[in-house]
Amino acid sequence: MSAETTIPASSQTPAQPDKLTKKALTADHPTWCPGCGDFAVLSSFYKVLEKKNLPHENIVTLAGIGCSSRFPYFVNGHGAHFIHGRAVPFSSGVSLSRPDLHVFVFGGDGDGYSIGGNHLDHGARKNIKLMYVIMDNFVYGLTKKQTSPTSPIGYKSKTDPTGAIDRPVNPIKKLISNGATFIARTHATNPAHMIQMMERGMEHNGFAVIECLSECVEFYPGAFDAANPRKGGAFNLIDEKKWDGTAEDEARHDVTDEVAAFKLANEPFPGLFGVFFDVDRPTKNQLEKKWIDSSREKLAGKSDLDILQSTFDRMK
Amino acid sequence: MNNAPVGAPTTPSSSLPVVSDDRAEKRQQLINDAVIRLAGNSQDGIQAIGGFLARLAGRSAQEVMTYMTIPSTISGGPSIFQVRIGSGEVLSAGDEADFLVAFYQHSYKDHISFLKKGGIVLYDSDHVQPDLADKNYIYVGVPMTGLTVEALGGTAKDKGKNIFVLGLLAKIFDLDVTKLEKLMTERFGKKDTSVLNNALMAFHAGYAFPVGNIIDLYKFESAEARPGARAQVTMDGNQAIAYGLLAGGVRYGAAYPITPWTTIMETLRSELPKYGGLFVQCEDELASVSMALGFAFAGHTAITGSSGPGISLKTEAIGWASMAEMPLIVVNIQRGGPSTGLPTNVEQSDLNQAIFGGHGDSPRVVLAPQSVEDCFYIAIEAARIARKYSTPVFILSDASLATRIEAFEEPNLKELMINPKIDLSPREPNFKPYPLEKITQHAPPGSKIPEGQYPLITGLEHDELGHPTGSPKLHLAMTAKRRNKLRVLAEEIPVPEVYGPSEGNILLVGWGSTYGPIREAVDKSRATGDSVSSIHLRHIHPLPNGLEKVFEGFNHVLVVEMNDEGVYGYGQLASILRARYCNPKIQSVTKTDGLNYKVREILDRTKASLETALIKR
Repeated sequence: MSAETTIPASSQTPAQPDKLTKKALTADHPTWCPGCGDFAVLSSFYKVLEKKNLPHENIVTLAGIGCSSRFPYFVNGHGAHFIHGRAVPFSSGVSLSRPDLHVFVFGGDGDGYSIGGNHLDHGARKNIKLMYVIMDNFVYGLTKKQTSPTSPIGYKSKTDPTGAIDRPVNPIKKLISNGATFIARTHATNPAHMIQMMERGMEHNGFAVIECLSECVEFYPGAFDAANPRKGGAFNLIDEKKWDGTAEDEARHDVTDEVAAFKLANEPFPGLFGVFFDVDRPTKNQLEKKWIDSSREKLAGKSDLDILQSTFDRMK
Repeated sequence: MNNAPVGAPTTPSSSLPVVSDDRAEKRQQLINDAVIRLAGNSQDGIQAIGGFLARLAGRSAQEVMTYMTIPSTISGGPSIFQVRIGSGEVLSAGDEADFLVAFYQHSYKDHISFLKKGGIVLYDSDHVQPDLADKNYIYVGVPMTGLTVEALGGTAKDKGKNIFVLGLLAKIFDLDVTKLEKLMTERFGKKDTSVLNNALMAFHAGYAFPVGNIIDLYKFESAEARPGARAQVTMDGNQAIAYGLLAGGVRYGAAYPITPWTTIMETLRSELPKYGGLFVQCEDELASVSMALGFAFAGHTAITGSSGPGISLKTEAIGWASMAEMPLIVVNIQRGGPSTGLPTNVEQSDLNQAIFGGHGDSPRVVLAPQSVEDCFYIAIEAARIARKYSTPVFILSDASLATRIEAFEEPNLKELMINPKIDLSPREPNFKPYPLEKITQHAPPGSKIPEGQYPLITGLEHDELGHPTGSPKLHLAMTAKRRNKLRVLAEEIPVPEVYGPSEGNILLVGWGSTYGPIREAVDKSRATGDSVSSIHLRHIHPLPNGLEKVFEGFNHVLVVEMNDEGVYGYGQLASILRARYCNPKIQSVTKTDGLNYKVREILDRTKASLETALIKR
């Protein structure tokens, strides 16, 4: 018997009989500062899980290091708090070897775009099936106000007292060019939109990344007011094509068009919100499984012992 | 095969100075041990000849050991392959060669000094002009290049020359032609039939060369297989680790290529899918150890591996594995360090890194295989320990074991094979991932915890449920918990047997690939009346309990290892043993030339080290 046969075959496991409730999903009280944008991300995640009613034991929340990476402690479910920047390869190991699990990754801009930047590129390229929510606050909060990879030029931090001088990363452009198959952008002050994006991200079969502006009230207050209508800003949505053949539809965004997505990502701050890119490309999970299946098919039901024995017979 | 020109006599070229016209067959000498060094360039396929000879020996119940060097250049460059075949026990690849096969002038020049006095140089007379005035050696010139071209037709490309030489050696040592033909058919038969036909033609051209007119021919004493012994299998150390991991139930892994580790990941990448498993090549070392830990978190016994520089990069995550208590196997195929160091040479200088590498107190297990055969068994043991103690386990092999081919008795797979299972059964509502009173056994994701709190696996110091804590009391208790499981493990590790009498003057202590040369050194010393025994450690961390009693039986305990004596004069294992036992008898024999210990070196260094200490026997 091989390893995989002891695991349910896919994530299409039936919904559990008991309704998944916020109460069952709540663990430790979050350690975030009062007013932190991450609270809203957490409660939106609970809502999506309640709605999806996934089997409780198959929900896995994973993270690296940072304020937002404390996320798994606040969800009562299987989880891991890994090391700084390596949440994506860690989660990839979980996703690739356990098709029965729903893998959710949480982290911040430092973890995802700086120390873990290379892993984000390769997770996207490999198209690992998972959903990754990046709570981007444009600052290092856990270490108390240093410049982050998304801090705008001129931002004054403890490591850039006269203002940041390095060009910030454009997460959406980075993700498009590296092959992520679902890329969305949302804002922690708009829970309805966040929930919508998370639902679509969860339904996506592939590497789904949601860039979520989430304000650090302590070290970068007001950073995202420009995208918050209640603070006089504008929350500009991406108008996706409906494929209805109308004249208006011509001007709308085709989420499968990489170049168009890149152009939208070029909009100056506060930019656009919604789905930039959403395509189907075989996941590494599927491609590896295909290889495993064809290898095992050729062996016609031989046991692990028989396979290894025949290898040793060839070395006699 | 039938159309190969069997036994067709070939006229030796007139340029051969030492070929006599005497057609009378020389007599055949019976031998029980021969060291053959093949020297050429890395693209000549000399590894293939060596591989055939090793596998033939394995099939004939003979013992065999090989030694090879590969240049660290991308393509080409001088390369050697040494095969030692014996009808008795073969412990090392041999200090000196009985036969040198030289393909080029540089091969001859660089390796003639490794030839025993009276040894035979078999050289390609199309490329080599030996110093015939040096009467220390016997010269046999064969126009290997020309005759191969003649046999195969075509151009003077060097293809096939290696197989021609194999034929020549088959004749000299009266090797079993049928078995060799079978090996060649297995190796080349899958390709285009012309490949196999050419190989057989080249082989028979070499076999037909009348080398018997020049030198004596030899025959190995037939080796008696031990009664009840299983057939022998022939492989190198990296293959043995890979197959050991498969037998030990390891089905998931991730890594990044680096010499000399890479062949393990190549093997696992192509083998694991057959077992329903997966091996992933990652973007870097950090990602590969992280992905392996993702596999471990998901409930699998996972493996990652590398060589020195890559292990350095993985170190932070290995600390997480200690803290989070994850079953992870880390293979380190050591090479010369530090930094990029000597990528294709051997050294045992990563012992401290394996035991102590990383920040904080991060206990892990360290095992070291002593032979190719042991690579197989230690991989199974590593997997067992990783699972039982939920801990990272290092396998410290080295460049020498990685590329060395040995024949050993086929393992009893039926008894050894582990079929991995994940326990996804529901746990009790009060399930604790980090119980203080017992060894951690995780509930992998997918296991229900009805009414209870789900476990959180973390690198922060934590309470029994996995929730972060800064409590001094808990850090104390959890640090002790992680350390104590290694003490529990130490109790189940047997003290290795002493080779030789358990009391005497000198005890040589070794670990890893020096096993063979140290034992041979003991044999040679005892043969001359010196009181020398040895002990070889496979479990380096934790050490087995009771070594102090073994040391009591000797006046001197000399730790032989391939690393530097450091600022304080002791090699890495010697330092640990001194710290552990506070025994001034423990002294150190070290070297850092990037080469395997020769038996002679161990004998000389032992003597020198005793003399320095002004010790009388």
